[in-house]
Amino acid sequence: MSEKISVEKKVLSENDKLAADIRAQLKQRGIVALNFVSSPGSGKTSLLEKTLGALNNELRIGLIAGDVQTENDANRLKAAGGKMVRPIVTGGACHLDAKMVSRVLPELDLDKIDLLFIENVGNLVCPSSYDLGEDMKVVLISTTEGDDKPLKYPAMFRRAAVMVINKIDLLGSSDFDMNRVKENARSINADLKIFEVSCRTGQGLEAWYNWLNELVATQKKVQ
Amino acid sequence: MHELSIATSIVETVLQEIQRQNLPPVQTIAVRIGALSSVDPEALRFGYEAITPDTPLANTKLEIEFVPVQAKCRACGQEFAVEDFVFACPLCDSGQIEVMRGEELDIAYLEVENDKLNTDDTD
Repeated sequence: MSEKISVEKKVLSENDKLAADIRAQLKQRGIVALNFVSSPGSGKTSLLEKTLGALNNELRIGLIAGDVQTENDANRLKAAGGKMVRPIVTGGACHLDAKMVSRVLPELDLDKIDLLFIENVGNLVCPSSYDLGEDMKVVLISTTEGDDKPLKYPAMFRRAAVMVINKIDLLGSSDFDMNRVKENARSINADLKIFEVSCRTGQGLEAWYNWLNELVATQKKVQ
Repeated sequence: MHELSIATSIVETVLQEIQRQNLPPVQTIAVRIGALSSVDPEALRFGYEAITPDTPLANTKLEIEFVPVQAKCRACGQEFAVEDFVFACPLCDSGQIEVMRGEELDIAYLEVENDKLNTDDTD
C-alpha cells in the first residue's frame, strides 16, 4: 500500500528565491541588469568590451563574468576599462545560478552602478533554466553559426527579450541567411528585439548603445 | 548537461520534504518536466540514478511526466498545442502567445509506504 503526498514545488525554488532577492536589491537601486547568453565564441565578451569602450564615461557599468575555467574574460573586461568587474569561475558547471551571483554581488558597490552585465557561461541550454535576478536575457548569435539555432534552442530564444546578431561583417562567407535567422527567432518569440552588429568593425553598435542608454534612462525615471 | 544539478536539487528538496512532513520511506518521486524546461528526461534519470545510491532515496523510483507546450493566443483567445516550437496562433496567426503549460520543472508528489502508518493507527 502506498499513499500520495502532494508536494507541488518548483525544483529550482531555492534558486528562484535567491534570484528574487537579487532582483529586489537591484530594483531598489535602479540598476538595470542584463544576463548575456550564447554559444561559446559568439562574441559576448567582445560585445561587452566594445560597450565598455563606448559607454564607460556615460554610465556606471558593473560586470560579472562567468566562465567554466580561467578568469580570462574578466581580465579582458578590466583591460577594456571595466572598473567594477567580478569573475565567477564555475569550476565545471555549465551555467551560472543565483547562488553564485549572490556570492559576488556584495563585492560590487551597487550604489555606484547603473547597468549590470552578467556574462553567463557559453551554453544555450542550461543557463535558460536559472533565473539570476536579471531584468532580461540577451541572447547572442553570430553569423558563423547556423541560422537554425533559434529552432534548436527554443527555450532560450523564448525566454530572451533581445537577440544580438554578431559578426555581420562576415555575412556572405557562410550559408548564414539573415532573413531566415530572424524568421526562425520570431517564430519562437515574436516580441524579440533584434540588433545586427559587428564587434570587429563597429557596424550596428550605435543602435545597441542607444538602446542601453534609453533602458537606463527609463529605469531612472521610474525611480 | 545541467541535469545533474537538477537531479541534486530534486534530491535536496525531497529530503527536506521528508523531514518537514516526517514521511515514511518514499517509493516514488513524481516530477513534471515541460518541453520548454531545457531538461532532458533521460539525462535527468541518468543523473538521478547516479547520485541516489548513497542517500535515503536509494530505492526510490523517479517518475517523469513530460508536459508538451500548450499556449493561448493573446489576440483571439484560441488555446492550442504548440508543435515544433512554432509560437503562432493557428487561427489568427498572431505571435502574441502566452505559454500556459510546458515550462514546468516541478516536483508534483511523492508516493510513500503507508503500511506502517496503518499499523500505527490500529495499535
